[in-house]
Amino acid sequence: MKNRTLTIMLSIFLFGCGPNADNENTPKQKLVIGGASGEELAENQVFRKNNGSDPGTLDPHRAEGVPASNVLRDLYEGLVSEAANGDYIPGVAESWTISDDGKSYRFKIRDDAAWSNGDNVVAEDFVFSLRRSVDPKTLSNYSSMLYPIKNARDVVLGNESPELLGVSAEGEKVLLIELEEPTPYFISLLTHSTTYPVHPPSVIEHGSSFTRPENMVSNGAFTLEDWRIQDYILLTRNTKYWDDKNTTLSNVYYYPLDNPDASLRRYRANELDFTDTTPSEQLPWIKENLKEELKITPYFGSYYYGFNNTKPPFKDNPELRMALSLAVNRTIITDIVLGAGQIPAFTFVPPVKEYKGIQPEWAGLTQEERENLAKDFYLKAGYSPSNPLSIEIIYNTSENHKRVALAVASMWKKTLGVETKLRNQEWKVFLETRRLKEETEIFRGGWIGDYDDPYTFSELLHSENEMNHSGYASNDYDALLKSASLKPAGRDRLNDLLQAEQIMLNDMPVIPLYFYVSQHLIKPWVVGLEGNVMDHHYSKYVKILKSETIASE
Amino acid sequence: MSNFRFVIGRFLGAIPTLLILICLAFFLVKAAPGGPFDFERSLPEEVEANLRAAYNLDDPVYLQLAKYIGDLLQGDFGPSFQYRDYTVTELISTGFPVSLRLGFAAILLALFFGSLIGSVAALNQNSKLDYGVMFFGMIGISIPNFVMAPLLVLFFSIGLKALPAGGYNGGDFYHMILPVVSLALPQMAYIARLTRGSMIEVLSSNFVRTAKAQGLSTKTILFSHVLKPTFLPVVSYLGPATAAIITGSVVVEQIFGLPGLGRYFVQGALNRDYTLVMGVVVFYGCLIILFNLIVDTLYGFIDPRIKQNR
Repeated sequence: MKNRTLTIMLSIFLFGCGPNADNENTPKQKLVIGGASGEELAENQVFRKNNGSDPGTLDPHRAEGVPASNVLRDLYEGLVSEAANGDYIPGVAESWTISDDGKSYRFKIRDDAAWSNGDNVVAEDFVFSLRRSVDPKTLSNYSSMLYPIKNARDVVLGNESPELLGVSAEGEKVLLIELEEPTPYFISLLTHSTTYPVHPPSVIEHGSSFTRPENMVSNGAFTLEDWRIQDYILLTRNTKYWDDKNTTLSNVYYYPLDNPDASLRRYRANELDFTDTTPSEQLPWIKENLKEELKITPYFGSYYYGFNNTKPPFKDNPELRMALSLAVNRTIITDIVLGAGQIPAFTFVPPVKEYKGIQPEWAGLTQEERENLAKDFYLKAGYSPSNPLSIEIIYNTSENHKRVALAVASMWKKTLGVETKLRNQEWKVFLETRRLKEETEIFRGGWIGDYDDPYTFSELLHSENEMNHSGYASNDYDALLKSASLKPAGRDRLNDLLQAEQIMLNDMPVIPLYFYVSQHLIKPWVVGLEGNVMDHHYSKYVKILKSETIASE
Repeated sequence: MSNFRFVIGRFLGAIPTLLILICLAFFLVKAAPGGPFDFERSLPEEVEANLRAAYNLDDPVYLQLAKYIGDLLQGDFGPSFQYRDYTVTELISTGFPVSLRLGFAAILLALFFGSLIGSVAALNQNSKLDYGVMFFGMIGISIPNFVMAPLLVLFFSIGLKALPAGGYNGGDFYHMILPVVSLALPQMAYIARLTRGSMIEVLSSNFVRTAKAQGLSTKTILFSHVLKPTFLPVVSYLGPATAAIITGSVVVEQIFGLPGLGRYFVQGALNRDYTLVMGVVVFYGCLIILFNLIVDTLYGFIDPRIKQNR
């Protein structure tokens, strides 16, 4: 490959590139994929992904954030797993039954489910693991995810011992999980790492170092071969995995490059097969030059501006909040400012499965009509061009957030005459400022759903939720959420959530701006991945095709 | 004897410097707004309370500091906040060899080529060669490595596909070329200019003229009389050069994704990993103090006049 590049370079050097050189007319040497048949597999089944950053830990119960989840998905398997397109499929559990009241789940664990050291995966392993996950001594950041399980909350708070958690083994291969309330999204929680099993003997023997490559025993399609901190994580195929016959890859590399520009450079140098995202400034270039390799998929995330509803000027002033929301032209933000295919948002919860959200009436108006409406609300709220509102937007330092803030500020200025100051803060500072609600007036918010149910968004605006940074407190909203949480899956429950969102949109405690998209660059020789709304990708579905790349740039 | 006393004296003198460094860094790190437990998904209060207790964050700050210094004396840098299953001592001992390899290679490269180029330029003063060398030297100094590194990658990795664009790969030769070169270039350019200036000055000094008058060969003059005084300023620049290489490595490691201490430092600061940041600061502090000491001692050997004045 290098030689060929050299020859091409040399020939250009020797013969020049004048009008006579027929470089222009020969078709660009193209990428040949898959050998003669187009499906032939490469000998070297290694998949190299950029993961954005290093996980803090590979302990599934203490892990936090997307990079850790990506690796853990390959290392471990929960009771439930996901197909390439994101559909829920049996994982360690080959089947399950749900009681009529929706509050007990009985899982049948596969006979051939095994740990990487050959041990059988049994129901007791899950009892041990789920208790460990909620045990306050484990110091899990995500233990609140398990609150739907009976007594989980009390265990996390230290009021009850972990033995009282509603999880029990009925023999070797049957696991019973009892819930506090029917939780229709419970099955999707079982793909989250807090519910993964850990191998009890190795956790007991090694303590917190059970995650080291030399100690780790896992039950997923891959095992941990090596972890060089800030360098790479290397996984090797787990031959003991029950479905190993369908695994093609021999190794997966996870690189922790946090700089999207560096990631793009290494992708272009063929050192990466998959990038976690794309640098926004380079997006036009990528669209021009790597169009076929850029994969953009709707992502279960919502980008919004929150008002501080606990302080003036926004406290008890829905007219003002509405005016500012109406004055924002979302299409300009998605199409011109960002341009990766983000979707303008008029609701807070992104569409997911049967939940489509009810667009507020004003979403159907033209932008001009919305702006006129905005002016009316602005006057009603007690402001006018001669007595303008002056406010501040706080966002965490990032080029994209700045561009969005600038665009929004100029829309407000143009339509209403609002004076907006922008303030950026470093990530951790921003998190603190936002949480304290002392100096925030308007803040940037973004949320990626933890599981594919609208509730993961709805609960953010519950008056008692610690992530409710807007301080929105509505009894009606809280009551509908409560009512939904008592109902089994179905239209009735979704209607409660829809109604709650409508109440919220009338109060407008936050301005929904757009729904996220996931953006990956994927080499043409990588097959088996499918876009899905959770952006979950399992390496067990990936195959590397034989490819012959010829310098085509 | 006097050398030995000098070294001991300097060692003792370093202790208060280090103490001040530790205290300052400790308070500054804690003073930064935002904490290690601020996440996009806020922690339930009880969980955060458990975490704070586990890391002794509930004690008054002076107690925390006292405990930290006590642990340090036993060689314990504490557990990392970010890498929850690792101690800072483990992290430093995996990260430092990478930075050492990078920094050492860069400083050797800079020293060798810098002094070579500088000498050649000085010996051909005011020739085209001299102007050429100094022109590129100026460029080398003024282009920061966060600009130089991506340019090198663009040319050698993406254009020629000859060298890797990043990654460490166990520190093999090919993966180290671009990082070492981008880290060394500014220092190389500086050392070249330093050597040139110094050598021109030495060449025009009285003792060189005397040597010439005595009929000594150019070679003898150069090697026996000129080189030693020429490199005095270069040796004394080694201290600042090391500090510059260390700070430069933070940037270069970030660009090439090398798993060195510099990258740990940046990640640690962003994640409010108090113990990791403190650990790297203390470790580098000791290193720089040690290096300055070595340079000062070395200086005495090259120039006996300095030794006498101590």
